[in-house]
Amino acid sequence: MNLIVSAIGQGLLWAVLGLGLFLTFRILDFPDMTVEGTFPLGAAASVAAIAHGFSPLVATLIAIGVGMLAGLITGLLYTKGKIPILLAGILVMTAAYSINLRIMGRANLSLLGKPTLFKTHFLQSLPMYFDSVTLGMIMIVVVTLLLIYFLQTDLGQTFIATGDNEVMARSLGIKTDNMKIMGLMVSNGMISLGGALVAQNNGYADVNMGIGIIVIALASIIIGEVAFGELTLNQRLIAVTLGSILYRFVLLIVLNLGFNANDLNLLSAIVLALCMMLPVFRKKFSFKHMMKRGLETND
Amino acid sequence: MTKPILKLDDVVVNVNQNTPEQITILNHLNLTVNEGDFITVLGSNGAGKSTLFNSIGGNLKIDGGSITVRDKDITHFSEERRTHFLSRVFQDPKLGTAPRMTVAENLLLAKKRGEKRHLKPRGLKPNMAEFKTLTETMRNGLEHRLNTPTGSLSGGQRQALSFLMATLKRPDILLLDEHTAALDPKTSQQLMEATNDRIKEEKLTCLMITHHLEDALKYGNRLIVLQDGQISFDVSGAEKASLTQEQLLTFFADIEQ
Repeated sequence: MNLIVSAIGQGLLWAVLGLGLFLTFRILDFPDMTVEGTFPLGAAASVAAIAHGFSPLVATLIAIGVGMLAGLITGLLYTKGKIPILLAGILVMTAAYSINLRIMGRANLSLLGKPTLFKTHFLQSLPMYFDSVTLGMIMIVVVTLLLIYFLQTDLGQTFIATGDNEVMARSLGIKTDNMKIMGLMVSNGMISLGGALVAQNNGYADVNMGIGIIVIALASIIIGEVAFGELTLNQRLIAVTLGSILYRFVLLIVLNLGFNANDLNLLSAIVLALCMMLPVFRKKFSFKHMMKRGLETND
Repeated sequence: MTKPILKLDDVVVNVNQNTPEQITILNHLNLTVNEGDFITVLGSNGAGKSTLFNSIGGNLKIDGGSITVRDKDITHFSEERRTHFLSRVFQDPKLGTAPRMTVAENLLLAKKRGEKRHLKPRGLKPNMAEFKTLTETMRNGLEHRLNTPTGSLSGGQRQALSFLMATLKRPDILLLDEHTAALDPKTSQQLMEATNDRIKEEKLTCLMITHHLEDALKYGNRLIVLQDGQISFDVSGAEKASLTQEQLLTFFADIEQ
């Protein structure tokens, strides 16, 4: 039971990564590697801020701010510097590694004995693991509602249009460069928020905690899509959170099969690859398809 | 009606500028478009038709000359800024609409062409009635598909939608870049008729590239032919109305030689 509650809590905390990446990967339609740098950046910034005596809430806001800054830099490199998005993201991600070491002063910084968002009286009075479920739930509801509101505004619609058809968007007077920069900023702000929450929940920040983050974030998006199929945009946002929780359950199962935590990145990659290939498999092995092939002449 | 709305003065566009491979696409081109003109643009491949449109539309920087709209120099205006007064329909049905957004969402985007967009709710519902009457004018069933993603429309419906989007907020200048070329003959003719009706009704100023000599003669009040980056033939009014396909063909044959 505890394991399941813990998995749901983790799924909720990590879901904000999936939602952040959804903005770039699915709406703007490009892969943003910056997230591998902004996740530890958010962790490092919040932990360092708390260590310097800031309140956990302020520290978390600082984390969001620096994450947005990283997104801004990627956006400028991509739109104004004309560097391909994949490389722009990798550049900022690489630079962030050094920044994170600078911020923390070392590779690993602990929050032992320091306040965190999870150490409030109310959250501590809950049964074990319910602190992350509660905080994760509050955050996800707020973030999802804000996103749903934003995407239905005039600005949100132009943001969607930019990812959907850039030529058309420009011909309607939409400044597509600004939209991409905005998307990268909001997305990385959210990833950084995820880093800040995960670090406070774990009680430490580590400079290497960003490795494989994009795979985990993608997994929640893809698992949500594979599990729930055709959905409206608003439903898809909710599916990302459910996908994130499902992903934690998958990890729980494979860990119970005897794999250990060191295998997690390998397993994450395999889970994601399988999910992404599912449409191909479905096509290949579908009964209808086999019937049709059987009826086709061989010439 | 004869007030000039768009003027191109001595416009030059080169590719590979300052290299040995430099090619001049628009060669000191001059063109004055009057308010209410419906101009059909003819020319062989490589004559510079698309370059002319891209220069007017602003997604191509010109290397010489100037472009003025209503006596205002817009030579250095960005593409986005020009959308305040200009709209265009592309040849490729895929270019004119956002595939994952519904027909109504696309129309709503187009309704705010060139405007600043804020964090205000988009307000789709109050517009639905207007969009329904508007799409009905296309006579191709678009009005029943307002809530369908445009990606699943037929090419003809998508192109009709692109055209509606370009004219929904009245443009001072409308550019049609072979917008019926990718469609089958019947659909193409249907859209061409609807285009003509709307241009006349709204008294739009329009330039239309076409490869159909028939269309070029049938529609519009003026016809220009582009050749080697210049306008080699320009007729309007009664002279254009009496022009025949044979005369045009002879003219093209002369160009070839």
